[in-house]
Amino acid sequence: MSGNIARWLQMSRGSGVILILLLLGLWQFSALYMMDTPTWPPVTRILQAWFADLLDGSLTSNLLATFWRQMLGYWLAVALGVSIGLAMGYYRIAYNLMEPLIEIFRPIPGPAYLPVLVLFVGIGDEMKVVLILVASLFPIVLNTYSGVRSIDPVQFDTARTLGLTTPQTLREIVMPAALPQILTGMRISLAISLILAILSEMIVSNNGLGYFTLLAERTFKVPDMYAGIFTLALFGYALNRLFLLGEARLIRWHHESSGRH
Amino acid sequence: MADYLVIERLSKRFSAHGHEACRNVSFGVGEKEFVALIGPSGCGKSTLLHIVAGLSAPSSGDVRLRGEIVHAPRPQMMFVFQQYTKSIFPWKTVLDNVCLGIKYQLRGSRDDVEKRGRAQLKLVGLERYADFYPYQLSGGMQQRVAIARALARRPEILLMDEPFSALDAMMRVELQDLLLWLWQEFGFTILFVTHDLDEALYLAQRVIVLSASPGSVAEVVDVPLPYPRNQVETRREPLYLKLRAHLYNSMVQQVVASRAELA
Repeated sequence: MSGNIARWLQMSRGSGVILILLLLGLWQFSALYMMDTPTWPPVTRILQAWFADLLDGSLTSNLLATFWRQMLGYWLAVALGVSIGLAMGYYRIAYNLMEPLIEIFRPIPGPAYLPVLVLFVGIGDEMKVVLILVASLFPIVLNTYSGVRSIDPVQFDTARTLGLTTPQTLREIVMPAALPQILTGMRISLAISLILAILSEMIVSNNGLGYFTLLAERTFKVPDMYAGIFTLALFGYALNRLFLLGEARLIRWHHESSGRH
Repeated sequence: MADYLVIERLSKRFSAHGHEACRNVSFGVGEKEFVALIGPSGCGKSTLLHIVAGLSAPSSGDVRLRGEIVHAPRPQMMFVFQQYTKSIFPWKTVLDNVCLGIKYQLRGSRDDVEKRGRAQLKLVGLERYADFYPYQLSGGMQQRVAIARALARRPEILLMDEPFSALDAMMRVELQDLLLWLWQEFGFTILFVTHDLDEALYLAQRVIVLSASPGSVAEVVDVPLPYPRNQVETRREPLYLKLRAHLYNSMVQQVVASRAELA
């Protein structure tokens, strides 16, 4: 019997789900019977607010506002970052040209660009999209670069003996060979892009999940604030799952040839 | 005959660490000839083959194909690498790997390209594996894919860099016989690098022995054994055994000489 439980703990993440439910139960219990304060509403209260916000459309419209901002900035960062990373990995000249610049800008935390961007592009969507782009750029550039650098010389020699031109080599060899690492960078940046989207909405915006959550706090609608945070958690989780799904399809050869299934 | 593929006073010194891989290597390969290049490890035979292919530049001397100096990879020369796991691209199916060298060159439709690709796969006995991925195949099958890919380009010359050395014994003899059959069927020229003197002797019409590092031509041995050769019969012919003993002593000499130089 205890053998079965031990096996279940080893094999299944069910215990993790139970832990979450337990913590929610604890929250509910403490809010009802231990801490009678508006800052710590019971979970049931939060769920009520959540459904109300979903029904009147305020949550969905704000979620969509965040989503398109984040996606626009993110995919621009992917296009730009992959191009810069490929160029740096493939051409020594591009590396020498770009590397010092990138090393100077990389340590600057993304939010620090915000005041500068407000000065130059204002407080509209352009600012938020550019902020997301800039902050998401570096992980993609660096991972793409290192993915290209780690391509085996034999693969380049093979491309040469097969008579492939540079654009053909980039398309047939370099891109797919570096794809696993490009995707690693893209996954890191996906999380960053959401952080920056929320942050910029909290600071200057009139819509978006960041705006919604902060506004709820400021207007003492604490259950709605928690509903916003719950939505963010689910949204982030869904994005990551979706990404992993896409990644598994794109680089199945990589997982299977390195013995992971 | 000897002015087909000519390697003339070829030397290679790596500027990064000053190591001299080969020095003053000269030999010729005739059209449709099968020549094996053997030598102790580190004698620069692989470097030499890369230079012949135009993948790397010599420090001095040159490689000529029909009198023209080879600076860069030529379409009529195909290279088969030892590291098939890298040379065969894991993100492409077997058929896509084979077609990679012709899809941009052949002025035909996608169907024509695939048809030629499948025909090459048939030659190496892999027609049923066209849609497989390389990691689903054994090492011997992956190297067959590399050979099929080279054949698809209709090469005049195959440059082979220890192509079978990573395979187990049975696969190796199978591929040796496949290669001999293809060579007789299509009549291309083969320059085959190996460290295995049995392999060199079994396959080639002529064996060139390189000295230890820096490699230079120590000896050229003709192998007048008839084709088709047979893994059992050929290997027990008196001439084979005599040549084997001779090559063995020659190799030992090179290895001893290199150790003496190091000491």
